[in-house]
Amino acid sequence: MTATGPDSEMMAATATLCLHGPLRKLAGGGAEHRVQGATVIALLRELERRHPDLAGWVLDERGQIRRHINVFVGGERAGEETAVEPGDRVEVLPAITGG
Amino acid sequence: MTELVVGTKKGLFTLEGDPADWFEITARAFEGQPVDYATRDPRSGRILATVTSPFYGPKIFHAEDPAGEWEQAEGVALPEGGEQALERIWVIACGETEGLVYAGGDPGVLFESRDGGASWQLNAGLWEQPSRPKWQPGGGGLCLHSIATWPGEPDRLAVAVSAAGMWLSDDGGQTWRRGNEGIVPRYLPEEALQDENAGRCVHHVERAPRRPERLFMQFHGGVYRSDDAGESWTAIGDGLPSDFGFPLTVDPADPDCAYVIPLVADMDRVTPEGRVRVYETRDGGASWNPRGDGLPAEHAYLTVLRQAFHRTGEGEQLELYFGATSGELFGSGDAGASWSTIASRLPPIFSVVASGR
Repeated sequence: MTATGPDSEMMAATATLCLHGPLRKLAGGGAEHRVQGATVIALLRELERRHPDLAGWVLDERGQIRRHINVFVGGERAGEETAVEPGDRVEVLPAITGG
Repeated sequence: MTELVVGTKKGLFTLEGDPADWFEITARAFEGQPVDYATRDPRSGRILATVTSPFYGPKIFHAEDPAGEWEQAEGVALPEGGEQALERIWVIACGETEGLVYAGGDPGVLFESRDGGASWQLNAGLWEQPSRPKWQPGGGGLCLHSIATWPGEPDRLAVAVSAAGMWLSDDGGQTWRRGNEGIVPRYLPEEALQDENAGRCVHHVERAPRRPERLFMQFHGGVYRSDDAGESWTAIGDGLPSDFGFPLTVDPADPDCAYVIPLVADMDRVTPEGRVRVYETRDGGASWNPRGDGLPAEHAYLTVLRQAFHRTGEGEQLELYFGATSGELFGSGDAGASWSTIASRLPPIFSVVASGR
């Protein structure tokens, strides 16, 4: 996606974070959030800053993504330091686990 | 009327009823999520539940009505930016001053709340123990699972960590010292016994409220009694079919009384001989008697976890309740003389807490 207009520089660093399950309610009820950040971890920190009720749910005390949370950027499995391009769609999903 | 608050692998259940009659399920909460422990604070009426989502990490929630809205408690986390994350909360216990509540968890941590469980602070004294880097986790993690308060004396505390052993405080948790003298971990080589950091795998500890210097302990192989507030321990497991097991409870009216539920051994954690029996001592562990009338007597290989045995009342009105990972829940309204099956198809049961309503 190519951003245009007076806010293009800021928009160019903005991705869409998609939340599922209980995370939506904790983030104020929205499923999709336009968040600015250069990496996955930066996006998640910014989301947590905006929605303090999310604290501890996706990132643990160490600042790491919880073990059974999966993040996909543009449909590909991503890690904390994966770079995020402007307009990317970043999905935050619970892993397939449990019994 | 008795209320049972039951934590299971798939949510919280509350049941109400009478041990002489029957119980019904009155609420279910946290559907599909592991509820490691839940209890009702009799002072406030508030229910506190520890939930460890495999996805979103451990949390404590509280509610006035288990079928109503639950609120997430604040402060249930380790210091930010450190090298460790909180893995699980194993137990919640009421303190001895108004609003004081404790929670124990993995990695060997104690939390304190002064507002009835709405907000929590990490106990710094235990967190900053110099020996902590050498503590060894048990199979279930480095879990602080037992919190024994001292009736009327809020400064005196005993907690147990698997497998960092017993820790005692006389100043409300500001400072701690070990209390493991006399405990013999049979799973360690003899040369390792002198190493105080070698694993002391305590499974459960309860204090005798009417003689608070007395504590009973179910160890990882061994049942023990302390008569000096947890400083030293005497083995009292002779007479049991096995001295391995997890839970333990007491009759508050009788300091010589304790109950255990033996399992075969650490390598075979099921009820011995396919029979479910609770064992009772009324002489401080000098002798044990089976209490199994009404419990499954054949082809029953159950596992009862450390928080899944509880009581309410005392003396002749002592009620006992325990649940198994099979999802069966049993109760006795006559101090273990006779038992009935309260529920048989719950999810695997992690914890049971009973209270008179």
